[in-house]
Amino acid sequence: MSPQLLRVENVTKRFGGFVALDGVSLEIAEGERLGVIGPNGAGKSTLTNCITGLLRPEAGRVHFAGGDVTALPAHARARLGLARSFQLPRPFHSMTLAENLAIPRDYAARHDPPEPRALLERLGLGAKADALPRSLTQIELRKLEVARALAGQPRLLICDEAMAGLSHAEVDEMLGVLFALNEGGIAILMIEHIMRAVMRFSERIVVLDAGRKIADGAPDAILRDKEVERAYLGA
Amino acid sequence: MRAGGLFHVGAAAILVAGYAAAASGINDYYFYAAYIVLQYVVIATAWNILGGYAGYVNFGSAGFYAAGAYTAAILYDLGKPPLPVMILGGGIAAGAIGLAAGYLTLRVKGIYFAIATLALAVVLETVVANWDYVGGTRGTYVLRPHHAWGFVNYPRALFFTMLTLAVGSVVLARAIERSKIGRGLAAIRDDEQAAESAGVPTLRLKLFAATLSGALMGVAGAPFPYYVSHLEPGSAFSLAIAVNAIAMPMIGGATSWIGPVIGALLLGGAQQIATVTISSILNLLIVGLLLIGFVIFAPQGLVGLFRRKRQ
Repeated sequence: MSPQLLRVENVTKRFGGFVALDGVSLEIAEGERLGVIGPNGAGKSTLTNCITGLLRPEAGRVHFAGGDVTALPAHARARLGLARSFQLPRPFHSMTLAENLAIPRDYAARHDPPEPRALLERLGLGAKADALPRSLTQIELRKLEVARALAGQPRLLICDEAMAGLSHAEVDEMLGVLFALNEGGIAILMIEHIMRAVMRFSERIVVLDAGRKIADGAPDAILRDKEVERAYLGA
Repeated sequence: MRAGGLFHVGAAAILVAGYAAAASGINDYYFYAAYIVLQYVVIATAWNILGGYAGYVNFGSAGFYAAGAYTAAILYDLGKPPLPVMILGGGIAAGAIGLAAGYLTLRVKGIYFAIATLALAVVLETVVANWDYVGGTRGTYVLRPHHAWGFVNYPRALFFTMLTLAVGSVVLARAIERSKIGRGLAAIRDDEQAAESAGVPTLRLKLFAATLSGALMGVAGAPFPYYVSHLEPGSAFSLAIAVNAIAMPMIGGATSWIGPVIGALLLGGAQQIATVTISSILNLLIVGLLLIGFVIFAPQGLVGLFRRKRQ
């Protein structure tokens, strides 16, 4: 077993009276591929925001790379090697693709940061390095999200529905990209609705439902889990 | 690097030309008028550091400007220090107000900051208007020094001072724009959460921009007491300053250093001409109409129009 990279401990997040996360715990090892699934409103995006620091949980701790980061702002966590892509692509619109990648390179990367152009080349966006994001197609925008996350030299990449709305072939292409990154040593937390993708990609899957973790295990075990079936299909 | 060298040579040439002009026999009136236009170059450039680069709109520029002017007047009363000391003092006071206002409001997005800056200017004006030490609503007299650093008269010295401040603030704004800080501010303007997630310390950069922006507005206001000789709240907190501070960068183009300069020269120049030829009251009407026109037809300002043509 590889050493632990991320540990979420009993994290609870409320919005007014609504409990979005109710004592959720999970762990990711170095270089692991973890899938997080759950119906709409299960708390997946809230969990992402609590891990990356855009939201502060009311209770619980988040440990990353051997330290407690619960009190750290998002930008400080990014510097420790925690990167994310957004569910809806959120590029820096006034900047070219290369300039988009220069932001995390300048602000988050630690040493020997990858060249933006080389990174774009790797993700098949090399020809568009000097284009503005508004000229990109959907899949190119998704790739830009991933490329920008990579420019900060992450140890853990959280992909928040990086494949929603993509075609069958595009999903395969995106999975290929993520597998290659993982082979390079980056742990990946994939939040995804597309079952085919999560099942193929993940070594382990965590299931959330109504703010609680209801299952945590290997993909085939998850598929047989009665509680997961009930959460997805109703009793 | 070549373009950068050219820029700095140009900046130095403007200072030399300004000095030569101030030493020549040109009518004094032109130096009075140019002072105001140059003052707007500083104010528009200052506004743009926060408003254009980071996307946070400041409606209270007049408050920062007046903080600089009144700090200078207080320093004058305390012991008539040299003008550079008054400018420095005005900058520090207005920068401190910018930092404090930023700390209280910049944690939340856009609109709260805009409202807070508007309120700040009103609060400051009320305080000054009720503060006897600075003369309340009657204002206070500030007598110009007799020596004018070798210039024929003091207005020419003030003109050259403001020219130096204008060139200095533009050089500073351009350096910031092209630095890591400038790129971080642009990321904040485009998408603050994405910027934070990419490692940009958004709050710290916004506070830096608010402090510097406020300080430069204070710097622009500090020589004003000597310019008018009689400082009172009505002119220091003038609506024209708050409106021009926004209109000039918007009309010129808010994403680069040249935009506020073009906007200030065009709009400030037009206002000076209109004051003489038509009436001083029509000034704000002209600004308002131009602003509406640009927001509708050229939201990226003149710089944006030019870039679109080129692409």
